[in-house]
Amino acid sequence: MGELKQLSIFAENKPGRLEKITRVLAEAGINILAVSISSSVDFGVIKFIVDKPEKAREILRENGFTVSLNPVLAIELVDAPGGLHSVASILYKCNVNIENAHVFVQEGRDKAYLIVEVEDVEEAKKSLSGELLKFY
Amino acid sequence: MFWNEELETIKASTLKNLQLKRLRETIGRVYFNVPFYRDRFQAINIKPEDINSVEAISRLPFTTREDILNNYPTGLLAVPRDEMVRVHTSSGTTGKPKAIFFTKSDIDRAADLIARCLVMTGMRKNDVLQNMMTYGLFTGALVMHYGAEKVGVLIVPAGPGNTERQIMLMKDFHTTALHITPSYALYLADYIKTKGIDPKRDLFIKRAYLGAEPYSEETRKKIEEMLAIDVYNSYGLSEMNGPGVAFECEMKRGMHLWEDNFIAEIIDPDTEEVLPDGTKGELVLTTLQREGMPLIRYRTRDITLIIPEQCACGRTHRRIDRIFGRSDDMFIVKGVNIFPQQIENVLMATKGVAQNYQIVLESLDNLTVRVEIARDLFDGNVTHLVNMQNKIVEALKKELLVKPKVELLEPGTLPVSEGKSKRVIDNRTL
Repeated sequence: MGELKQLSIFAENKPGRLEKITRVLAEAGINILAVSISSSVDFGVIKFIVDKPEKAREILRENGFTVSLNPVLAIELVDAPGGLHSVASILYKCNVNIENAHVFVQEGRDKAYLIVEVEDVEEAKKSLSGELLKFY
Repeated sequence: MFWNEELETIKASTLKNLQLKRLRETIGRVYFNVPFYRDRFQAINIKPEDINSVEAISRLPFTTREDILNNYPTGLLAVPRDEMVRVHTSSGTTGKPKAIFFTKSDIDRAADLIARCLVMTGMRKNDVLQNMMTYGLFTGALVMHYGAEKVGVLIVPAGPGNTERQIMLMKDFHTTALHITPSYALYLADYIKTKGIDPKRDLFIKRAYLGAEPYSEETRKKIEEMLAIDVYNSYGLSEMNGPGVAFECEMKRGMHLWEDNFIAEIIDPDTEEVLPDGTKGELVLTTLQREGMPLIRYRTRDITLIIPEQCACGRTHRRIDRIFGRSDDMFIVKGVNIFPQQIENVLMATKGVAQNYQIVLESLDNLTVRVEIARDLFDGNVTHLVNMQNKIVEALKKELLVKPKVELLEPGTLPVSEGKSKRVIDNRTL
């Protein structure tokens, strides 16, 4: 079981934040593989899966952003009808509470993963052990 | 240890006699030399000899900030302008500042009071004081500077700002004490932490003197913890000497107000009635020793109370409590009186928020508190942030009785304060 880390960046809801963040990443030669935005009324957290997460965190910090790098569950999705459903059923059955989810396609485009944010990754992995799931 | 043990531990009855003697001298000085005061006294038929007890001071009229402004620049001088060696100004909100003049012996006495304050908090000849207040028209830095020189400590006259250089100076000169505003101290403490500097290992600071802005007990604790030092509260205002009017001793329970130099009264700001010790109200000060520009019953607009109990340190001068707020800073939302310090108290006790905050007033019933989140406690979880936001709203509502809007900001969004900070942004058009 590998571990995938996701970058989270705190952003006030004001124009140009995503533009600035992505510019910093682009200039540092970081490849963004997946993005999702969780938003509240006046602020949001922008999440990225990138090819060089540690470097990305460092660069963003140097540019004054508030960043956190956290492990997430990444479950392989079968590229066929019902692919997401079978994963969702297992998560439901095992009582894994999803805080946030989005999809990430691996570099090379041969595999897709469901990124699942949970309160405790280790705990979730334990509950899912024994199930027919492939992790990143 | 005392700087002037005899005066600092003077018996209450002796102090009263000394106050009366000096009060009568002061009244005589202004009556015969300052037309403004003579006119005021004559208007209510009071002659200097009528003031035959310290209590009789309550018969005299107040001096207000407007009186100083109206007599700008030299209208309140009690000795010829040529005898003055220094002028300081205190910023007014608009237009002309308040000008305060000092003779040579006024400066010397102000410095002597600072020497009492420093020695009382453990400062000795071998200490190094980094003075991070603004040098210039503002009294804060210079008065402290002269007082520290009297004690014989090494002064690093850094002034505020350029935090990177401040830290270099602290390291190179082994700074043991700071004189700094609370808002800059919070910024500095956070900066030191962010740079990975361990104050215990890398710095030599033992204590800091915080003044020039009201701040909360929570802020003191936060700075003490972050820098691993003792923080002492300092009270003063330009209209008096600047810092050193009242100062905390090592007990850190209220500030000894030097009653051989000032008569302190607490009044109800609305009725102007004198209130008993222990009751919260506006501090009114009369100078007892000042030659150049004596002020009678000056309304400071600072809200505090007099602590009547004896202090364990042995000093007999009564203490005033931490300044609860400046009556100027108070604002009203939904008919409720609110001081910025109440909001600061709640924020500083909340985990997950950084040091910088701003209060924005848009209308008579809307209060917005903008607060930066703490960089190192951010975990990427929106729910955690929303929970924190709600917790702050609830805690503020409990403290203020008004439900505010709370905005979470990226660290570094709000203007950084290196001098006196502007916490309240009033956009109301009333």
